Amino acid sequence: MNTQRSDTTVAAAPAAGWAIELEKINKRFGAVHANKDIDLRVQRGTIHGIVGENGAGKSTLMSILYGFYTADSGTIRVNGQVQEIADSRHALALGIGMVHQHFMLVDNFSVLENVVLGAEDSGFLKPSLTRARKELNRLEQEYDLEVDPDAIIEDVSVGQQQRVEILKALYRGAETLILDEPTGVLTPKEADDLFRVLETLRDQGKTVILITHKLREIMAITDNVSVMRQGQMVATVKTAETSPEQLAELMVGRRVLLRVDKSAANPGKTLLEVQNLVVADDMGITRVKDVSFAIRAGEIVGIAGVSGNGQTELLESITGMRDQKSGTVVLNGKPLALEGDDGAARARKAGLAHVPEDRQRMGLVTTFAEWENAILGYHDKPAYGSGPFLDIAAAKKAAADHVKLFDVRPANINLKSSLFSGGNQQKIVLAREMEQDPDVLVIGQPTRGVDIGAIEFIHNEIIKMRDEGKAILLVSVELDEIRSLADRILVMFDGVIVGEADPATATEGELGLMMAGINKETAPRGLGIAEQGPLP
Amino acid sequence: MDLFAILSILDATIRLSTPLLLACLAGLYSERAGIFDIGLEGKMLAAAFAAGAVAAVTGSAWLGLMAGMGVSLATTLLQGAASITLKGNQLIAGVAINMLAAGMTTFLGQTWFSQGGRTPPLGPGGRFEPITLPFANELAGVPIIGPIYAELISGHYILVYIGFIMVAVTAFVLYRTRFGLRLRAVGENPKAVDTAGISVVLQRYQAIIITGLLCGLAGAYFSIAQGSGFGNNMTAGKGYIALAALIFAKWKPVPAMFTCLLFGFLDALQIRLQGAQLGGVEIPVQAIQALPYVLTVVLLAGFIGKAVGPKAGGVPYTKER
Repeated sequence: MNTQRSDTTVAAAPAAGWAIELEKINKRFGAVHANKDIDLRVQRGTIHGIVGENGAGKSTLMSILYGFYTADSGTIRVNGQVQEIADSRHALALGIGMVHQHFMLVDNFSVLENVVLGAEDSGFLKPSLTRARKELNRLEQEYDLEVDPDAIIEDVSVGQQQRVEILKALYRGAETLILDEPTGVLTPKEADDLFRVLETLRDQGKTVILITHKLREIMAITDNVSVMRQGQMVATVKTAETSPEQLAELMVGRRVLLRVDKSAANPGKTLLEVQNLVVADDMGITRVKDVSFAIRAGEIVGIAGVSGNGQTELLESITGMRDQKSGTVVLNGKPLALEGDDGAARARKAGLAHVPEDRQRMGLVTTFAEWENAILGYHDKPAYGSGPFLDIAAAKKAAADHVKLFDVRPANINLKSSLFSGGNQQKIVLAREMEQDPDVLVIGQPTRGVDIGAIEFIHNEIIKMRDEGKAILLVSVELDEIRSLADRILVMFDGVIVGEADPATATEGELGLMMAGINKETAPRGLGIAEQGPLP
Repeated sequence: MDLFAILSILDATIRLSTPLLLACLAGLYSERAGIFDIGLEGKMLAAAFAAGAVAAVTGSAWLGLMAGMGVSLATTLLQGAASITLKGNQLIAGVAINMLAAGMTTFLGQTWFSQGGRTPPLGPGGRFEPITLPFANELAGVPIIGPIYAELISGHYILVYIGFIMVAVTAFVLYRTRFGLRLRAVGENPKAVDTAGISVVLQRYQAIIITGLLCGLAGAYFSIAQGSGFGNNMTAGKGYIALAALIFAKWKPVPAMFTCLLFGFLDALQIRLQGAQLGGVEIPVQAIQALPYVLTVVLLAGFIGKAVGPKAGGVPYTKER
C-alpha cells in the first residue's frame, strides 16, 4: 500500500467538475502549524469524507473554507473561480454552508426564526418568515427533512436540531454542505436518518463534505475520502478502493491493529465477586436485578448490552457511587462496605480502581490542571501529603510519571485538563487509576470519543494489567471492543445477565440476539422485546 | 376613599413609575443583547445631573434633555468599550459607572454651582410642564370617565408619554423586526449570530446605544420634570429597582411595564401613608419609605420562581479557536 499523495486516483476528469479546490493552504495558530500546504479537490455531486485524528487540522481547514478563519496563504477555488473568503457571509454567498459539531442554534427561538436569522429579507420580520415557511416546506419535501417550523429548538431532539442546521444551510442556497463530526451526538437511528438525507442531497446534485473520525461512516457513505495527519493532507482515495485498515494506517502514520493482539488468559484466584446485586436508579426504578458474577485474577470480563440496560447502575454500585438495595460485593475475599457518600473512597482504598463511563463529568475536574487530576481521589494518600497539607512536589512528580508512561500529549502537567483531547483526557484518568496498583479495575466505555491511535494504546494497557494478574471488569457499548478485549462476555439485558459467551466462538449475531433479551440456551424471553426496548 | 383619592394615588403611580419604566426598558435592550447592566443607576444619575445643570444654565428643558441623553450615552459607551471591546467583566464595568457617577455629579455640582452638589432651581422653561391632552378640560365634567381622562391620563410630562409609548415600540422591535431577532439571538447564542455572518460586536453596540438614550430620558425625568433641579443621589437606587423589575418581568417589555407600575404604586402608597397611624401609634416614616425596597427583595426572593435570563448574558464574546 502506498502512503504518497494520490489525488490522481480521483482526478480522472469528472464530468461534473470540482466544487471546491484548495491549493497550498497554510494556517498557523502561534507555534502550532494547523494546516501545512493542504491540497484538496472535492468533486461536485459527491460525498467527500475527511478523516484524521483529533487535532489533525480537519476542522481548521473547513473553518477556512467557511470563512471563520482566514488562511495565511494558499488559494481557494469555488466552482473553478479563485475566491478570497473573508467571512462566513461570503462563504454562504458562494454556496458553502456548514453544520457545526456544536449546533449554532438559538435554543429559545423557533425553527423558523433560527432559519431566518442572518438571512432576513427586510427590516420587518413578517415577509421573511412567510417566505421561509414556504421555502422550508419545499425543502422538506425535496430532501425528506421533516421538521415542524414552529417548534422551539430546545424542545426538539438533537437529530431534529441537526436537520434545522442543514435546512439553514439549504435555505441560504448552499450547494456545498460541510458537516463537522455530525454523528457524535446522534443515536444510531438518527445517524442512519442523517445518512439517508445526505445521500438524497448528493443525488440532487449537492456536494457534501463529511468530517469524521469514524471509519465505519466513511466506508458506508462517502465516494472519496481524504486523510489528514498532523496538519497535512496525506492521501485522497476513492472509498471503494480502500479499507478501514488502510485509512487507519494513513491517519495514525503507522500500522494500527483494529483487533487487539493478546494471548490466552491465565486466570488465578477470584478477586471480585458480585452476589445478588439489586440496584435502583435515581427515580427508584430497579435497574440491576439480582446480578451475580465473579472475576478472577488475570481475566477481563466484558459486559455487553445496549446502553441503558442497567450497566451504568451496576458500575456505579460496584464502585461505591450508588447505594445498592441488596446484595454484596466481595473484593479479595472481604465484603466491601459501599454504603454512604464515602463508599467510593472505601472501594478505592480496598484496591478497586474505577475509570468512569463519563470522564468529563465523573473522571476529571476539567478546570483543574493535569497534575491536580492525576491524584484526584487519591489525594489523601500519605504519598501525596500529610494532614491537611498537600505535598505538591510529590503530586507533580506522580503526574509527570503518568504523562510519561501513558504518553499523554501535550506532556504538560500544568495545563488545564479541558485543553487535552478526549483520548489524552482518558489517558490521564487511566494512568491515575492503573498506577495505584489496584487488585480490580472497573472500566466504563474506555475508548468513547478517543482517537484510533489512542484506542490501540489504551487497549494494550488494559491487556497489560490483565497479564499482571489483575481482575478487570469492562463495560462498553462498542461490541467490537468487548469482543476483542474480553476473555468472557456477560450480556446484560433489562438489568439481568441473560447469558455468557466466549468471545473466541460467539458470533456477532448470537451476541446481538442476547443483547435483545433472547437467549436460546436459557429460557427464551420471547420475540418483540427488542422492539419494545428496555427503557421508556 | 373616594374616586378622587384613588385617582390621585394612581396618578402618582404613573408619575413615579415612569423613570423606573424608562430605565427598565433601557436595561432590557442591553441585557437582551447579552450585556448585564448594573450601571443603570449611575447612568441615570449622570443624566439627571447633566440635564439639571444644562437646563439651569440655558433655561431650556429641551437642551437639558439633550445633555442628559448625551451624557448617558457617553457613559454607556464607556461601559460598552470596557465590556464589549475590551471584554472586561460586565458587573465591574457597571459598578464602576455607578461609583463614577455618584462621585462626579456631587463634585462637579459643588465646583460649578457651589450649592452643596445641587444645581440651581429651574426657572420657567427650564423644566418640562405637564401636558394637558385635548378635550381634558371639556370632558372633566363627565362622570367617571371625565375625571379618569382629565386627572389620570391627561396632565403628565411628555417623558411619561414617551415611556409608555416605548413599551409598545420595544415589543414591536423585539419580536417583529430583523433588529429585534438579531438582538435576542446575540444575547442567547452569539456564536450562532457570528456564524450567520452578523457582527456580534456591532449588534451589541447598537443595543447599548438605545440603552444609553433611554437611561438619559429616565435620568432627565428626575431633575427637569419631576423635580426642579438636581439634588445629591437624586435617583436613590431606582436604577437597581428597575433592574429588579426587569428580572421580575423576565426581560419582556409588557410585563416590565406592569412590574414598574406595581413598584410605582407602592411608592405612591408609601407617600400617602406617611404619617398614618396604626393602633394610635404613628408608623415611623422611614419604615414606610422602605416599603418599595422591601417589596423588591420579597418579590425577587419569593415570588419570581426561576428567572432565566438571556443565556449569553454576562459573557464577553470571543471567537474561539
